[in-house]
Amino acid sequence: MSSLTMTVNGSEVSGDVEDRTLLVEFIREHLRLTGTHVGCDTSQCGACVVHVDGKAVKSCTMLAAQANGCDVTTIEGVANGDLHPMQTAFKENHGLQCGFCTPGMIMSAIDMVNRKGKDLDEATIRSELEGNICRCTGYHNIVKSIQDGASKM
Amino acid sequence: MSEGIGARVLRREDKRFITGSGKYTDDVKNDRQCYAAFVRSPHAHARVKGIDKSAAEAMAGVEGVFDGHQLTGDGIGNIICGWAVTSKDGSPMNMGAWSALATEFVRYVGDAVAVVIADSPANAKTAAEAVEVDYEVLAAVVAPDKTLESGAPQIHPEAPGNLIYDWEIGEKDATEAAIAGAAYVCEMDITNNRVAPNPMEPRSAVATFDPSEDHYTLYTTSQNPHVARLVLSAFYQVAPEHKLRVIAPDVGGGFGAKIYIYPEEIVCLWASMKTKRSVKWTSDRTEAFLTDAHGRDHISTAKMGFDANNKIVGFQVDTIANLGAYMSLFSSSVPTYLYATLLSGQYNIANIHANVRAVYTNTTPVDAYRGAGRPEACFLIERMMETAARELGVDPGELRRANFVQEFPHQTPVIMAYDSGDFEANLDAAKAASDWDGFEARRSEAASRGKLRGIGMSSYIEACGIAPSAAVGSLGAGVGLWESAEVRVNPVGTIEVLTGSHAHGQGHETTFAQVITDRFGIPHDNVQIVHGDTDKVQFGMGTYGSRSGAVGMSAIVKALDKVEAKAKKIAAHLLEADEGDIVIENGEVKVAGTDKTLGWHEVCLGAYTAHNLPEGMEPGLKEGAFYDPSNFTFPAGCYICEVEVDPDTGTTEIVQFVASDDFGTIINPMIVEGQVHGGIAQGVGQAMLEQAVYDDSGQLLTGSYMDYTMPRADDLPSYTVSHETTVCPGNPLGIKGCGEAGAIGSPPAVINAITNAIGNNDLSMPATPSKVWAALQASSMKQAAE
Amino acid sequence: MYNTNYHRAESTDDAIAKLGASDDGKFVSGGQTLIPTMKQRLAAPSDLIDLCHIEAMKGITIDGNQITIGAATCHADVATSKELAAVCPAICDLASHIGDPHVRNMGTIGGSIANNDPAADYPSAMMALNAQIMTNKRTIDTDDFFTGMFDTALEEDEIITAVTFPAPAKAAYSKFPNPASRYAMAGVFVAKLKNGMARVGVTGAGSDGVFRHEGMEEALTSDWSADAIADASVDEGDMLSDLHGDAAYRANLVKVMAKRAVEKAG
Repeated sequence: MSSLTMTVNGSEVSGDVEDRTLLVEFIREHLRLTGTHVGCDTSQCGACVVHVDGKAVKSCTMLAAQANGCDVTTIEGVANGDLHPMQTAFKENHGLQCGFCTPGMIMSAIDMVNRKGKDLDEATIRSELEGNICRCTGYHNIVKSIQDGASKM
Repeated sequence: MSEGIGARVLRREDKRFITGSGKYTDDVKNDRQCYAAFVRSPHAHARVKGIDKSAAEAMAGVEGVFDGHQLTGDGIGNIICGWAVTSKDGSPMNMGAWSALATEFVRYVGDAVAVVIADSPANAKTAAEAVEVDYEVLAAVVAPDKTLESGAPQIHPEAPGNLIYDWEIGEKDATEAAIAGAAYVCEMDITNNRVAPNPMEPRSAVATFDPSEDHYTLYTTSQNPHVARLVLSAFYQVAPEHKLRVIAPDVGGGFGAKIYIYPEEIVCLWASMKTKRSVKWTSDRTEAFLTDAHGRDHISTAKMGFDANNKIVGFQVDTIANLGAYMSLFSSSVPTYLYATLLSGQYNIANIHANVRAVYTNTTPVDAYRGAGRPEACFLIERMMETAARELGVDPGELRRANFVQEFPHQTPVIMAYDSGDFEANLDAAKAASDWDGFEARRSEAASRGKLRGIGMSSYIEACGIAPSAAVGSLGAGVGLWESAEVRVNPVGTIEVLTGSHAHGQGHETTFAQVITDRFGIPHDNVQIVHGDTDKVQFGMGTYGSRSGAVGMSAIVKALDKVEAKAKKIAAHLLEADEGDIVIENGEVKVAGTDKTLGWHEVCLGAYTAHNLPEGMEPGLKEGAFYDPSNFTFPAGCYICEVEVDPDTGTTEIVQFVASDDFGTIINPMIVEGQVHGGIAQGVGQAMLEQAVYDDSGQLLTGSYMDYTMPRADDLPSYTVSHETTVCPGNPLGIKGCGEAGAIGSPPAVINAITNAIGNNDLSMPATPSKVWAALQASSMKQAAE
Repeated sequence: MYNTNYHRAESTDDAIAKLGASDDGKFVSGGQTLIPTMKQRLAAPSDLIDLCHIEAMKGITIDGNQITIGAATCHADVATSKELAAVCPAICDLASHIGDPHVRNMGTIGGSIANNDPAADYPSAMMALNAQIMTNKRTIDTDDFFTGMFDTALEEDEIITAVTFPAPAKAAYSKFPNPASRYAMAGVFVAKLKNGMARVGVTGAGSDGVFRHEGMEEALTSDWSADAIADASVDEGDMLSDLHGDAAYRANLVKVMAKRAVEKAG
């Protein structure tokens, strides 16, 4: 067991968890923030993407203990006010259908803009989405959403 | 801005999804909740000689370990196939027994033999590993043709030679004669590859037995919670129907895979009763690959005969459909009534005959996956039309045009009566949007860059809103395929609509509300759509087969008709006017041609205060309807795909994809376009990327995203989507359905384009880089030899 | 995942001590391979000793012509290092194509090299750049380091601390990704060293893991051009064959990727 303390969405949280606990399990089961999802076992689908110390990571491929002392942001914590511009862009561009991949998509999209800037072309967005799988949208409107959201961030 | 029919209303359900507030089944966490882990067969075919649970039972956190003998001992029934298909000799289909936990034999890798219930997922998994199963491994067979060979392993005693049924449709002799007299016959062997549906949310179930009430609650990832409740109670005897509440909350995609009632839901409910604990199971992705029903998996030989004027005179198809190790809920209907009935395509064909043999193999069960039978039919027809055009030396669009059905209604020789359509309009729109005529210049330009450019077309038709109930009943369906709705008008005039349809990405909460807004002129925000809970909605058939628009919304319209009629009676009484003069628009109830007006809310309040109602009228304003359609609907369209192939590596890039669809009336174009995008992506996935592959021993080689290629953003293009509308005459809104079209129409367009690019028509799906490269080598060797 | 005990190491000595104190411990760096393997219950270390907090193992230093990358440097940092891009852009380009953006924020060069996955990208670069693998005990020539699939010269209590190599005159990496996993089906790193020697590292394709293609190296040493390796032979017998591509296809990919890498290097 480990005693963990980290900042999640701006608040300090702590808990005693087994060392095998994944960060996503800590977030979902211990903190009950269920917006972060698990869609695969092989670190590919990206439904679990969160930001750790400002960088996008797959929370299914990181132990909670590895994030001890870190600053974690989940989909529940991205908005400063009502909605983050990227969240709004996904709604306005119909960038989601079933919604399951959406939190990871939005977390990846925000990270993409943080790294690559606001002026993103389609090819860049598609390439940068390598780690996020959507089965519903065919990506067309996700690409549009990210382009729109980036310009408004 | 209008919020009614035809408006691009933004989705109201989005706010919870973009903020992480959606509630999916795995998000449910009950007090004292336990977790199920299944002990699954590592062998594709084996006799279960014994199960030793003792070590697992003694492990930390374990509440119980249960096997199939206990399950059947408690009277839990076998899993059923709900559509009885009769062989051409009149014999019933040969259905083998399927217990939710196998007792004597396991028949595919992943077949569940026992379950462990423990206090954490990890403890459950660890204990499941400690359950010792003594297997006698038997020979396995995975290929649909090999399983019919003499000497193949026998999978179910009820199905000699592994044949489930040998079924036919159409006139055999007439078709053979027509083809024998044809000026030209196109002959092809065509495989439709097995794919895994892969909704991004893995299946999950949370079952809770309340001993004080003898009542069960099941949260589950279902496309049709009422059907689940019916089957769980009536056939599996897990719980009586009135003591079982099934809730399908937010569901993360379905695509067919979440229609069926799987062993895991049955076992979780039963185990909850056994342990008196809430029991959760959530599939991991590998379990999903092993146990979610797969799709497609046909092998066919086909002949299409043309006369000297290039008119099709006959079409004959012989198909073997692989249904896997057990018959899943609707598996029997997919390669028969959802497949062979569409073999006329968009064409006027006098003679069609199809023979379908459905077979057992030691693989994951196969059932409906987005399109279900219609993609298999469309792929056959449209690959053959393209091939015939090439062999006849005519333009592929013109060959299609020459054979299009032009007059409606049109009775095909294979049951379906097409009610409407304008196939030429779709063809012309797609050709124009793709600059079909400018292709040769683009091909030359690509060649200057060392790329092989190709273009391919597909003119699809499909059948949605599967119905009428009496008709499908006569064909063997075990259920009716109507839909229900209840419209509850509140005293303040806001409205709740309870629907038997279920949304798992389709945006019903938005589109269904648009229909109400359109009818009464009340704000979209004043309408709430309720679905997915058997305690709230009385009954429903759920969402699959693109039926929610054509059938589900029609039920709402029927209920609205009743609400409107009663509201008009009340208003006529209050306004002292004739009922026939009352109109409801823009949230007002008026007497036509006068300034006499009531607010919609005033009429609604009047219904509930009941101070001044017409003589004999019951108070309240709430109406329900069951809508049973009179026919299928027939979405159709034309898709054009343009590709560039890198000859050095065989990599294909889709450089243009154009879709022109006819979906009848469109409620929300934004959502319809999204459905087309997603459908095309799944079709392109099947055509270029996806395949569930087994080795000869029955091990699934593509059990994770490391080996099963999911379409990613950089595999796909942006799509050009447009609509040519002919209104469906069969339902009140004129809707045809849009959910599956993309997955049906796109695979042949893609393969037609790639084969056009590489100059070799011998290419199977998925057209992976290695396969395309090999096809290029084969054609260059052939050229060198010539 | 089975139970495990997680420890952060402060130094390589601390890490070795913690490993020694464990029953069946393992070092973890970014964990992007090890954690998925543990989730699948294919690995069950009693203890995990996290190397990512050892400051001495992080960062990129360029000393004249010599490049040194700390083992705990993540792929994203290699991909985006301006200093590194000025002297060896090829290694930045390679790093920018490993996994996906999220994996690149966690995975490290030391972890990748120590694991020596036959489809990993970095080993081909190490071979082509004639890198030296520095450990807490010694410095190992790259040609002696990679000893076969998932196998290296590392001893059990040995930790990669850094890799070091001279900036090449020219270099480039060209990768054909597996359509599903996006690992390399064939990845070829070509380098023209400043002494004029050409070296070619091939990953993803070989049935025995990463290898150098000596025929191409000879051809490129005498004539650095894609044409020079147009007729290079790649032995299909040495190639992997699986459902994504047979040996003939992989042999073709090795040739095509090699040519493209040379063209890219200029």
